[in-house]
Amino acid sequence: MLSVAKLQSAYGPSQVLFDVALEIGEGEVVTLLGRNGMGKTTTVKSIMGLLKPLSGEIRFTGREVRGATPETVARLGVGLVPEGRQTFATLTVRENLVATASNRLGRKDPWTLERVYKLFPRLRERASQAAGTLSGGEQQMLVVGRALMTNPKLLILDEATEGLAPVIRAEIWSCIEALKAEGQSILLIDKNLHVLKRLADRHYILEKGRTVWSGTSNDLTHNAELVQRYVGI
Amino acid sequence: MEKSLKRPALLAALLIALIALPTVADAAGFAALTSLATRVLIYGIAAASLNFVLGYGGMVSFGHAAFFGIGGYTVGILYQHYSLGEPLFGFIPGTNQMLITLPVAVVLSGIMAAIIGALSLRTGGVQFIMITLAFAQMLFFLFVSLKTYGGDDGLIIRRANELPWLNMRDKHTVYYVCLAIAVLFFAVLWRLVNSRFGNVIVGLRQSEKRMAAIGLPAYRYKLVAFIISGMGCGLAGALMANFLRFASPDMMHWTKSGELMIMVILGGVGTLFGPLIGAAVFIVLESVLASWTENWQLGLGLILLFVVLYTQGGVQALGARLVGRSA
Repeated sequence: MLSVAKLQSAYGPSQVLFDVALEIGEGEVVTLLGRNGMGKTTTVKSIMGLLKPLSGEIRFTGREVRGATPETVARLGVGLVPEGRQTFATLTVRENLVATASNRLGRKDPWTLERVYKLFPRLRERASQAAGTLSGGEQQMLVVGRALMTNPKLLILDEATEGLAPVIRAEIWSCIEALKAEGQSILLIDKNLHVLKRLADRHYILEKGRTVWSGTSNDLTHNAELVQRYVGI
Repeated sequence: MEKSLKRPALLAALLIALIALPTVADAAGFAALTSLATRVLIYGIAAASLNFVLGYGGMVSFGHAAFFGIGGYTVGILYQHYSLGEPLFGFIPGTNQMLITLPVAVVLSGIMAAIIGALSLRTGGVQFIMITLAFAQMLFFLFVSLKTYGGDDGLIIRRANELPWLNMRDKHTVYYVCLAIAVLFFAVLWRLVNSRFGNVIVGLRQSEKRMAAIGLPAYRYKLVAFIISGMGCGLAGALMANFLRFASPDMMHWTKSGELMIMVILGGVGTLFGPLIGAAVFIVLESVLASWTENWQLGLGLILLFVVLYTQGGVQALGARLVGRSA
């Protein structure tokens, strides 16, 4: 579904990505691991078109999307849950979910307000509250819900559980699990390795802007030294 | 988000007061009040239109007087060709029928907004302010130099446009026509602000990048909002030309853009009825202060300073807080 090869990206004169490669198949849950500053978010931004890559290849559902605008990439079916709680603060929860909802790819069983509320019952309780007044965890749920309402083929979650209370975190993880069970393709960036190992099919490790390792959860479990070296936990 | 219409009692009271206003004003011996209220309604429409892009969309247009003026001149020019009996460009007959002039004014100002918006929305921030200002000033000077249509002096419209079965020479009738149009306008605006489109416009103000990442093209949405806003100002301009029976380049001078902006800020940026309240405050202040001193702008400036520094959201917010405190 998504295939990235030899991706190079830079912020102005400082190059951040040198050789990133990753592959996500239909219905797969894949993670991007690595310490802070190794280029995980930059990779996501490059895929999304929020940052114009210098070179390399990004193909999504068979189309070359390197250098495409964020709108185009999103319209092709990439749903991003960005780092930080990026709700539209003055709109209500319901408005946040409905305003940008779409089913451009004509998915048969599209996401509805009702389904999102079922996935995150807290959002139903807060439906007519301004998004800016929600707790951090609720805002994060809202952003996930907003992304789902665009019926994406691939959902990208960039640090979706960062800075959240353990209870809320568990709630978000169980939702991601539910999404996986439905066959949603997901690219995860997170630091909770033990959860990721259980949840994801495959992993990529980034080190200084290069993909240095990839393998299954099983490989990762049996490679403690690798984890120590690149992920540092 | 906009809860104003959820207070139907307050709105109904306001509407009844506005309907009763001419009768009460005459009975109390303040006949001039009706004219004052007519101006408030017209400027309220213009300011609310500006507020749609400025307050909701975060596009600080400093050139909305252009659309106000286009609306006014549409009425003026069509009237001139009607009264002289010469078709415009040799084939467009003039008219004095409001049912024609108002829609034409709205469409023309919409087209002009599409042109100005298409070019200026490619920029943002200070550049956007300056480019919208520049376009409006260009139009201002164009009309100053158009001697056929009065140039500097403007166009006198001897009689207000006609509406079937109504006597538009009666001040009260003109007031009620403006009131009816204003009610309709605010109803449409309310629907618009609370629609998905309106939500997207508000979202764009908060983050264009975020919207883009969800797959919505910011430019197209903003352009449509800008066009709608221009149409609203054009409508107000057409009404104003009918009310004053006069259209002049002053309608599109940059100070007019500034006045509209002051009304929005006075009333409450990004609120549905704030601009209408702002228009009322502005026009009442203008007439009261002007009767005391020639330098009435000084007083207005001080009040504007107070509103901006201390009310946190204009007169509307101040009122809401006072009501909240007493309740």
